[in-house]
Amino acid sequence: MQFLSYLISGISLGSVYALIALGYTMVYGIAKMLNFAHGDIIMIGSYVIFFAFGSFGWNPIVAVLFSMVVCLILGIVIERVAYRPLRDAPSLAVLITAIGVSYLLQQVAQLLWTSNTKSFTSVVGLQKVTLFDGQLTISGETIVTILVCIVIMVFLTLFVNHTVPGHAMLAVSEDRGAAQLMGVNVNATISLTFAIGSALAAVAGALLCSTYPSLSPTTGAMPGIKAFVAAVFGGIGSIPGAFIGGILLGVIENLSKAYISTQLSDAIVFAVLIVVLLVKPTGLLGKKVNVKV
Amino acid sequence: MKKFVSGMLAAVMALSLAACSGNNSSDTSSAQDSQASTSEGASQATIKLGGIGPTTGGNAQYGNAVKNGEQLAVDEINAAAGYTVFELKFEDDESDPETALNAYNALKDWGMQVLVGPVTSDPSLNVASECVNDNMFMLTPSASAEDVALTGSNIFQMCFTDPNQGVVSANYIADNNLGTKIGIIYDSSDPYSTGIYTAFMAQAQELGLNIVVSDASFTADNKSDLSTQVTKCQEAGADLVFLPIYYNEASQVLIAADRIGYEPTFFGCDGMDGILGVEGFDTSLADGLMMLCPFSAFGDDETTTTFVSAYKAAYNDETPNQFAADAYDCVYAIYQALQDGAISPDMSSSEMCDALTTAFTSMTFNGTTGEGQTWDENGMISKEPKVYIIESGAYVLAD
Amino acid sequence: MPLTRLKNMKKSTKSKIITYGIVIVFYLVVQILSGAGLTSSSFEGQLVPICAYVVLAVSLNLTVGFLGELSLGHAGFMSAGAFSGVLVWTVLNQNAPTWLAVLLAFIVGGCVAGLFGFLIGIPVLRLSGDYLAIVTLAFGEIIKNVINACYLGYDSKGIHFSLKDAASMGLEADGTTLINGAMGITRIKTVSTFTIGIVLVLLSLFVIINLINSRAGRAITAIRDNEIAAQSVGINLTKYKLMAFVTSAVFAGLAGVLYGLNYSSLVARRFDYNTSIQILVFVVLGGMGNLRGSIIAAALLTVLPEMLRGLDDYRMLIYAVVLIVMMIFNQSPQMIAWRKRIAERFKGFRKSDAKKKEVA
Repeated sequence: MQFLSYLISGISLGSVYALIALGYTMVYGIAKMLNFAHGDIIMIGSYVIFFAFGSFGWNPIVAVLFSMVVCLILGIVIERVAYRPLRDAPSLAVLITAIGVSYLLQQVAQLLWTSNTKSFTSVVGLQKVTLFDGQLTISGETIVTILVCIVIMVFLTLFVNHTVPGHAMLAVSEDRGAAQLMGVNVNATISLTFAIGSALAAVAGALLCSTYPSLSPTTGAMPGIKAFVAAVFGGIGSIPGAFIGGILLGVIENLSKAYISTQLSDAIVFAVLIVVLLVKPTGLLGKKVNVKV
Repeated sequence: MKKFVSGMLAAVMALSLAACSGNNSSDTSSAQDSQASTSEGASQATIKLGGIGPTTGGNAQYGNAVKNGEQLAVDEINAAAGYTVFELKFEDDESDPETALNAYNALKDWGMQVLVGPVTSDPSLNVASECVNDNMFMLTPSASAEDVALTGSNIFQMCFTDPNQGVVSANYIADNNLGTKIGIIYDSSDPYSTGIYTAFMAQAQELGLNIVVSDASFTADNKSDLSTQVTKCQEAGADLVFLPIYYNEASQVLIAADRIGYEPTFFGCDGMDGILGVEGFDTSLADGLMMLCPFSAFGDDETTTTFVSAYKAAYNDETPNQFAADAYDCVYAIYQALQDGAISPDMSSSEMCDALTTAFTSMTFNGTTGEGQTWDENGMISKEPKVYIIESGAYVLAD
Repeated sequence: MPLTRLKNMKKSTKSKIITYGIVIVFYLVVQILSGAGLTSSSFEGQLVPICAYVVLAVSLNLTVGFLGELSLGHAGFMSAGAFSGVLVWTVLNQNAPTWLAVLLAFIVGGCVAGLFGFLIGIPVLRLSGDYLAIVTLAFGEIIKNVINACYLGYDSKGIHFSLKDAASMGLEADGTTLINGAMGITRIKTVSTFTIGIVLVLLSLFVIINLINSRAGRAITAIRDNEIAAQSVGINLTKYKLMAFVTSAVFAGLAGVLYGLNYSSLVARRFDYNTSIQILVFVVLGGMGNLRGSIIAAALLTVLPEMLRGLDDYRMLIYAVVLIVMMIFNQSPQMIAWRKRIAERFKGFRKSDAKKKEVA
């Protein structure tokens, strides 16, 4: 029973990582860049919900939708201003710019909303479920996060594989130049990717802060890094990979906290990651790329 | 092209070097100016106070509370005296030891005479050893690691040391039979938290307290999810959970406990103060929470009420926590030394350091964080520890 | 005579002399200014960290710029070097002459970091690109977490060690704690000086420049340019990759020792992925494969946040904006083209000026 309850809290943490990792993997798969600012977009989205829902008392669903719109616009603006000028520059240049954007968002958040930690009111209305005569409790947040995560994963997979803009994304990710020659609007496709990734960040923010209710300008940083690890774990660029990677990361982290050492849980997570990558150098579900001479 | 860029960078660097040295020369001349003006009217001269703390980054909330507390005290003193008694310059250290030293040097260039800071422990350790080298008086409002005060005779603390808090907490819990099975959740990546934890464990062993969970720590990197640690305490059947951590992590612990229907007694230290001020936090969850803290914003003595209402008026109706209160007291303690005639504004920082070291070890100070505070020759404070219980959103003194 | 010799020199030799020259001139200028009492303590306090960051940037440039592999764990090697070096120093400084203790601290710090580089390098260099980046990041975080949980001390019975807390180390009352978990190493007697720092900078430049211009260096850049082609002409990939990686780690460790010995306390969380990224920023901004650029970018970006102190709360905001703008200005293809046009127009002016003069 004890094990089960640790496992469930691990899955809960993992599904939050998975949700963030989906955004990472989308952007990486198509734009081929690590968007280090993704965690900070989550933070901004959470603040928007905090004020819309917590302070102004909006309906939680409206608040989340509003936050998605804000993040979507933010994502497009960041892409247009900071990333697009570097589209043809070395990939490292964009990475550094993304880090700059990450710092920038944190500083702006601090100036706008001060550094004081805010306690986030859960947007999930679902009651907790108690099983086995109260020996096992699953919170509403956990159930909703897992469901939302699965729904989004399925939706993204369908979108990418069965719609015209989705096919455009696949084409851009395969070969940007060739896609352009075939009449795909590369800039618009990448903007769309950022828009979707950032809107997902708002959802991830809502659920991250509902499950772990502490909101400050640095809230997004560490979950962002962990989700990045989760995305690589599952094979970066792969949508189901991000889901599996996230869940596994959360479970490993929580079980090692419970049974090995709370201090070394991160070290263990990272060690497992290294071992997995040594056995499968492109992650669990990553594609093996054959380089031709 | 590369040449062009590196050439440009080199030019900027040369300029910056020039700017640095330029700054310095203007500083020395301004110092001469102030010396000139002090000879005219010694009583009207200004003492330059330096403050260091994180105003950006993850610990910014603590640094900003200290900054606000210090600024409020300085403004009050200046207004009451009718001239600028103190001038405060507060520099950001991002809670990083390296940046803290840079901040200290920048303040030295500005002509700081007394340092009221830094806020967190590792920056304080670095800055303290520089203060010893430079013979600069340092009074930290909140860096509670024992090693900080032990760095030198001119380093003073306004807060309790960590081991002191651990021992007092253990004694209090034992004396009042608060728990038969005790669990501890602490931050193993934080010197403050581990300092209290280590001393608490040692004292608990001596007193024969039954500690059932001692491995439920967290680190700065994995603190977003604290539910596992809470579950650990629940599984072990702990009826008292000791939380030597800061208030925002504590609020997460309380919420996590509430979600799994776990209701032990929670007992915290001074870092817990501020939990009622966390925006959006359901304060009913904190009911019954006990904490060892020198300061209560609900206190009804005149010093406290004046401070709390002035602070609220100055900073958007925010309730001050012990960080702000200790910082406020720091400035007033130095003001007391000034009024006693122990120091005068025309002293150099080194003369002032010697004078303040003597004054602090012999004086008694009454402030918002307690009456009759004294310092020993190590620079550690002795004041009466108080235990508060939170009842319906207010602190009540426990007996 | 010497002037013509300078003109006839090989381009690479000239470039080498300029690079060393910048460092030496910087050193002399600072020495003269500080001798004349013209430098502020704020500036003097940053000299040693600047040297440490320059060494870190130069050494990371070997991995990123010349070998072409992205490493996000450079701070991990720095941490390993700093902790081992400082431990040696704290244990030896009472019993051995200062110069010997410092020298040993540097040697041990460099060797330990190099050993880590070797151990990590063997398996990790099979990976490439972003996967290598994430593994190096993971490695850095592991080092940080382990040292943060590490308690080490000694007493009459020998050495005690624990990964849980201070009490389970089981130290006797008169024992000495060397590493105290999250508190790290405290009360370090600081010995780093600007001169030691500059010597280290020159040493790292000397080793790395010579490595790059050697046969091994050409093999390393060949791997960067085309791994498969390099392999097909018989270059031993593992050997040369490891050579670059380990050299880079050794200097990161040496920089760590320099950094550690400059402060009275040393904590592991100072060396997290943010520090690794900060070093990477120096390298990318200075130009990959451009050592002189690394030196200047490292020095400049270390000083920049301090120069922005006057801006108070907007300090880090401006820093972030400067970072983004500099990246776009330096790296964007459109901006590069635009700068070229401007530069050509400028040159054009000068030429036409000269022509006019001739006519006159």
